[in-house]
Amino acid sequence: MKKTMTSRVVALVACCALLGLTSSALGLSEQFQGRIFQGGKLKPVDSQPKLKVGDKAPDFTLPSLSGEPVSLHQFLGKKNVVISFVPAAWTPVCSEQWPGYNIVKGLFEAADATIIGITTDNIATLYAWTEQMGGVWFPVLSDFWPHGEVAGKYGVLRSGGVSERALFIIDKQGIVRYIDIHDINERPNLETLIGELQKVK
Amino acid sequence: MNQRGYGAVWLVILAIAAGMAFVPDCRAAGGPPGVGGVLPEFVLPPPQRMEEVQYLGLKEKVSFKIPETRAEVVIVEIFSMYCPFCQKEAPAVNQLYQIIANRADLKDKVKIIGIGAGNSQFEVNAFRDLYRIAFPLFPDTDFSVHKLLGEVRTPYFIVIRIKPDKTHSVIYSQVGAIGDPGQFLEKILSKPAPGKGV
Repeated sequence: MKKTMTSRVVALVACCALLGLTSSALGLSEQFQGRIFQGGKLKPVDSQPKLKVGDKAPDFTLPSLSGEPVSLHQFLGKKNVVISFVPAAWTPVCSEQWPGYNIVKGLFEAADATIIGITTDNIATLYAWTEQMGGVWFPVLSDFWPHGEVAGKYGVLRSGGVSERALFIIDKQGIVRYIDIHDINERPNLETLIGELQKVK
Repeated sequence: MNQRGYGAVWLVILAIAAGMAFVPDCRAAGGPPGVGGVLPEFVLPPPQRMEEVQYLGLKEKVSFKIPETRAEVVIVEIFSMYCPFCQKEAPAVNQLYQIIANRADLKDKVKIIGIGAGNSQFEVNAFRDLYRIAFPLFPDTDFSVHKLLGEVRTPYFIVIRIKPDKTHSVIYSQVGAIGDPGQFLEKILSKPAPGKGV
């Protein structure tokens, strides 16, 4: 009985949280209505930076949605890379950030760059979420296991096990050229990112 | 826990549930202006291109309020370049624009304006360039207009009819896809007008 009561209270608290925290002005797309978890306002940054501009970017290999593992080193000498860490699938800001990048492929290509999207979600979750977006043109990688290992190397793993909302520009020599560990509650400005990318080009 | 204890717990739960039933959804707080209502007061930034100035019937590149547009009906789309549904809807809204542009009886009277909720000028321009949008789009970088319009989900369409004395009324309002653009146009033009019709 005690367990039943506990679960009812938990459900009630969850209901209150969902009803009370729906004021975010992000995650507005009608496409996602009823499918986005509103977690409320979070601590803007909850990790310790480990990298600085000029550092060599830590290499990694992670499973991707396409089924093929993707490594940072495979872009060396070929493409500038924007690594876009986002905290979690099915959350307000993230569910729009990548769809935005998805329609401006030309702006990234003009800077001879690609995007690598990374979250600490598992592949199945990332698949369902990106399908809901209508797919994205850039590789989406799962940093699920060992959990958050790559986010940890980049100094963007939050205490709760999700990553920061962070952008890293890595040039063709594998050097970190720009870091934006953004307020997790806000969407990074596209113009700033493209401007930084053009400097690297 | 005894019987009385359970009763008390349920009373508390019921009270909270009843309270929740009357808590307005934050998004709906204030809400979008309903049919028969008016747009809240806000000013849009100057159009960037001269053809947009002409389209809206402004004298020059100046800030303006939507009811100052030289039109009898204005279809306002609240969108975001980050919203997949808005991206998908862009061709349909372009088609709506084209249908209006091709009709001599409507092209000077029915106008479309897009407002990019949370979008900067750069982001609005990226959306415009990608979808080759001919009607004017305006940034709402800090969500201030979006907030005034009741923090609607996107895309959202609000249609106003402007009277010769520049007063106006909302004649139609909807969230989500417009469906067939021709039918959408007929639907909004058939809405009862508070004043002179198109």
